[in-house]
Amino acid sequence: MELKMKKIEVLGKKDTRSGFGAGLHELGKKNPNVVGLCADLTGSLKMDAFKEEFPERFFQVGIAEANMMGMAAGMTIGGKIPYTGTFANFSTGRVYDQIRQSIAYSNKNVKIAASHAGLTLGEDGATHQILEDIGMMKMLPNMTVVVPCDYNQTKQATIALADHEGPAYLRFGRPSVPIFTPEDAKFEIGKADVLIEGTDVTIVACGHLVWKAIEAAEQLEAKGISAEVINMHTIKPFDAKAVLDSVSKTKCVVTAEEHMINGGLGDSVAQVLAQNTPTPQEYVGVNDQFGQSGKPDELMTKYGIDTVNVVQACEKVIKRK
Amino acid sequence: MDTLKLEEFASQVRRDIVRMVAAVSSGHPGGSLGCADFLTVLYQHTMTHNPENFTMDGLNEDIFFLSNGHISPVWYSVLARSGYFNVADLAGFRKLGSPLQGHPSTDKNLPGIRMASGSLGQGLSCALGTAETKKLNGDKALVYTLHGDGELQEGQIWEAAMYAAANKVDNIIATIDYNGRQIDGDCDDVLSLGNLSMKWQAFGWEVLEMDGHNMADIIATLDKAKSMTGQGKPIVIIMKTEMGQGVDYMMGTHKWHGSAPNDEQLASALSQLKETLGDY
Repeated sequence: MELKMKKIEVLGKKDTRSGFGAGLHELGKKNPNVVGLCADLTGSLKMDAFKEEFPERFFQVGIAEANMMGMAAGMTIGGKIPYTGTFANFSTGRVYDQIRQSIAYSNKNVKIAASHAGLTLGEDGATHQILEDIGMMKMLPNMTVVVPCDYNQTKQATIALADHEGPAYLRFGRPSVPIFTPEDAKFEIGKADVLIEGTDVTIVACGHLVWKAIEAAEQLEAKGISAEVINMHTIKPFDAKAVLDSVSKTKCVVTAEEHMINGGLGDSVAQVLAQNTPTPQEYVGVNDQFGQSGKPDELMTKYGIDTVNVVQACEKVIKRK
Repeated sequence: MDTLKLEEFASQVRRDIVRMVAAVSSGHPGGSLGCADFLTVLYQHTMTHNPENFTMDGLNEDIFFLSNGHISPVWYSVLARSGYFNVADLAGFRKLGSPLQGHPSTDKNLPGIRMASGSLGQGLSCALGTAETKKLNGDKALVYTLHGDGELQEGQIWEAAMYAAANKVDNIIATIDYNGRQIDGDCDDVLSLGNLSMKWQAFGWEVLEMDGHNMADIIATLDKAKSMTGQGKPIVIIMKTEMGQGVDYMMGTHKWHGSAPNDEQLASALSQLKETLGDY
């Protein structure tokens, strides 16, 4: 059998949170209105470079996330573009009401930068491994939700959000993962990337699961299955056309995310399909469970969100066509 | 504006409040009536602001945040009668499609409002953000807030209080509506606030006290507070008020915190409040 799939080149390996830090630092240089706020996690969020070079525009708020969200909302009055920084759990669940009223409903130009999202935070365990944040954030009117897949894309997304007027949630993580998007690729909010073209099954993934989807596509090709891989880096606004165009060829879809199945990317895909062209779908995600302590890779396996799970879901959904 | 004119303004504001809540049989007259004098002085005497040309950024203008958003009727009335929007628009309060939402909102672009409020405890944080932005912008204008005393039970208030003192946010003047009452009863019975003045002092704030129903005292205390800005400390005014001030049967009780008068009660209230600037 001839292998025809486009090979995705790996450019290196880095954590996505460092992409945020690099993007924020670059923004600091080119946009004097960008300010940073952090709730005692400057090193973890990789905000040090911004803090060092622009100390007057960096606000250490201490372990007080509710105050940080309110302050960020208030800072927009007078033209600042605040980026808040803390773990995803403390960026969403802990401060949902503050985000809802002072940022989303008030439609303030705040960028909520959330690190250590999902299971890959690892050993800290379930208290910190939020798997509900995409759902919470996408449910808020006015909120844009972005989940980039690697270092380069996280950096570009960080920069792009400064030019996007309105509240936004930017989700990224802690582990070092392959870099495979071009360094200079301009990030277009709401426009999905088709990374691999295929004809038998569509895989729609976000965040760390995009690389898993690429690995899955390579394994599927060896089995003679042609998978299309879509990097759905923006959950809201949702690129429905990208999904519909793809399933018009493949007639089935697998969604993959480091998030609860309830309320995540998969639900957004299902909504589009149900309203337009009902299509067999399988979900790769965490099924209504809290996480636990462990190494990131062990947890991906344990909770069924690894490459093998994407492969199996594809084989299963193809049979349902 | 002299104190007599301010009192006349506040009397009309009180008429607006009871008429607004009665018209829709909902809203929060008690705290609104209690803060009518304060907001009258703030908007008619103290603040530097530009009602005719409202901008969200409010550059070089003083900016006010109502943190206890449920007393929206008093704010709407003062905003309208200060020229932010048509007084006739007060008739839309809490009605479908009106920008005068039950709790203040930026959603329908009502001039004068820069932040939604209603879920309590958030306004001080928002105000601190704006105060920090003013500093970054070299904008010398001030930021004012109003909070309910019951609202101080929210933890976020104290996060903000700690931040302001630690970071020397000295371009902010917060005011507490200290009427001692909340929905379920007296604050002392629901969750005692303890010694409020000492709490704020311990958090590093300059603390002033005033009689929220004495125009001369409100003017003098706000002037004093302004003179104390720029000296490295945030300022809070503990304002003694009476919930329901100006309407006899609404005073001395928490029962009119969130209840509207019926037709008969409205007539009684209006008979006690002089029409000075003309009803909407």
